[in-house]
Amino acid sequence: MKSIIAQNLVKTYRNGEVKALDDLSIDVEEGTVLSVLGPNGAGKTTTVRILATLLKPDSGSATVSGVDVIKHPDKVRELIGLSGQYAAVDETLTGWDNLVMFGRLYHLGKAASIKRAEDLLERFSLTESARRPIKTYSGGMRRRLDLAASLIVQPKVLFLDEPTTGLDPRGRQEMWEVIQELVKGGVTLLLTTQYLEEADQLADEIAVIDHGKVIARGTSDALKKQVGGERLEITVENADITKAQEIIARISGTATHTDVRTISAPVTTGSIALMDALRALDEAKIHPLDIGLKRPSLDDVFLSLTGHVAEEEVKA
Amino acid sequence: MKNAITDSLIITKRQLLQLARVPEVLIFSTIQPVMFVLLFRFVFGGSISTGQPGGYVQLLMPGIFVQTVAFTLAATASGLAEDMKKGLIDRFRSLPIARSALVVGRTLGDSLLNILVLVVMAAAGFAVGWRPTASVLSVFSAFVFLLLFGYALSWTGIYAGLAVKDARTVQNVSFLITFPMTFLSNAFAPTTGMPKALQYVAEWNPVSTMVAACRQLFGLQNQFGATANSFPSQHPLTTSIFYMILIMVIFVPLSVRKYKNSSN
Repeated sequence: MKSIIAQNLVKTYRNGEVKALDDLSIDVEEGTVLSVLGPNGAGKTTTVRILATLLKPDSGSATVSGVDVIKHPDKVRELIGLSGQYAAVDETLTGWDNLVMFGRLYHLGKAASIKRAEDLLERFSLTESARRPIKTYSGGMRRRLDLAASLIVQPKVLFLDEPTTGLDPRGRQEMWEVIQELVKGGVTLLLTTQYLEEADQLADEIAVIDHGKVIARGTSDALKKQVGGERLEITVENADITKAQEIIARISGTATHTDVRTISAPVTTGSIALMDALRALDEAKIHPLDIGLKRPSLDDVFLSLTGHVAEEEVKA
Repeated sequence: MKNAITDSLIITKRQLLQLARVPEVLIFSTIQPVMFVLLFRFVFGGSISTGQPGGYVQLLMPGIFVQTVAFTLAATASGLAEDMKKGLIDRFRSLPIARSALVVGRTLGDSLLNILVLVVMAAAGFAVGWRPTASVLSVFSAFVFLLLFGYALSWTGIYAGLAVKDARTVQNVSFLITFPMTFLSNAFAPTTGMPKALQYVAEWNPVSTMVAACRQLFGLQNQFGATANSFPSQHPLTTSIFYMILIMVIFVPLSVRKYKNSSN
């Protein structure tokens, strides 16, 4: 059964000037994780906001657990949890205050709200800082508290909009562990991210979106296959770059991609290509700093699908 | 309906908790009006002749009370804008709660804060010679009246906060509105000294009618600028009630609609 179905969503801003969603359709099987992957401005947040009843699409339809998000937003709100790009909690209040307040707003009753708040604080390793104002929390702690706030009523469907954007590597790792733990509990998760690694780590399926459209969809492995097999990748001294490019181009038979001093190109013959390359480089008296066969990363997927690298778009 | 009320009260409680966690806010929001009481009382009190038994402070206190509750506009607006910016509004809107709860809760919270501030100010006024002469009931109704005025203005603040979306900007904008409004009135000086056109504006200014109404309720006969025979000077209470209803009728539906449609 599909937990989330979005069909032909269109959303424009500023009287049609900016097209955030351009006929976007996605669906998520119950109990699985779909990662919506795309650069800034691709339409990820708009998709989440429509599904979480915060925004109405110009056209198209969507259901969450079979309930129409446009016709019955109130019912949908009882089923979902949402955690946004920034920690949407009251920073002047303590972690405990926040969770109890949200429990009350879910109409849990006072005693049940307190119990639930304490359980969640425990589960997200926040018990020690429960009585401190959120503004004293680290970025990672804030995100965990924000996530906890979206889990108060054990939602069937959870939306996480860029849950690790802005976190340091350690915070990101902690967040991933928490999310993986959650998924084991059977929740249906739609997660947006601009980090390819994150999608790879957490998602059962990935939908790549760009300019408000889904441009590819499938498991991480399937997407990688779509791009092709292995790549030969070598790093050389600056002086040797041109020569090395010629050698790699000859071996792979296709154009090479050069990133600073690292040259790469797709190969079909695996380790044979690697040995050929080593021999040719040795003859040319080039000593590579690094050489190897790489399975395609989601970066490659993105590059081949959109013609641009995801990370570059982010900086722009 | 029952849920809508409890939801609103939970939001109100959140504001009180904020005050408990950051008491500085409470301290500074009471220090400012008390400072105004002292400044006006001792700086102008000696030089403005009022012909009023008990002196300038009797006329001043209603003026400062109204000015203070008028600033609720800025408080509500900046508080709401802050919530918008931090994404808190999105979280509230994704909860299965009454849509009106967040805005109703905030207007109630700001009114509760007003009660506290008014009590502190009344005490400060009392310390520097303010003595209302009317009955307890009349004085009490003046305070209720002030709270209602603050509550009505709180709804204009909701609208301003949702429209401007930036706490600092909306605070500045609100002061740009409330400052001239409170000074272009009979609150601190007689309107009779103003140019004719301004006198006209001052007489119809809701701040003036509120101040005049409170002065009546506190038991004062004398009014600054009550020489005119205009309707608002003759019937300040009626005019004030009309203004409050007008503000609510316009801004409650406007704000609720704006809130429902708001998305950053």
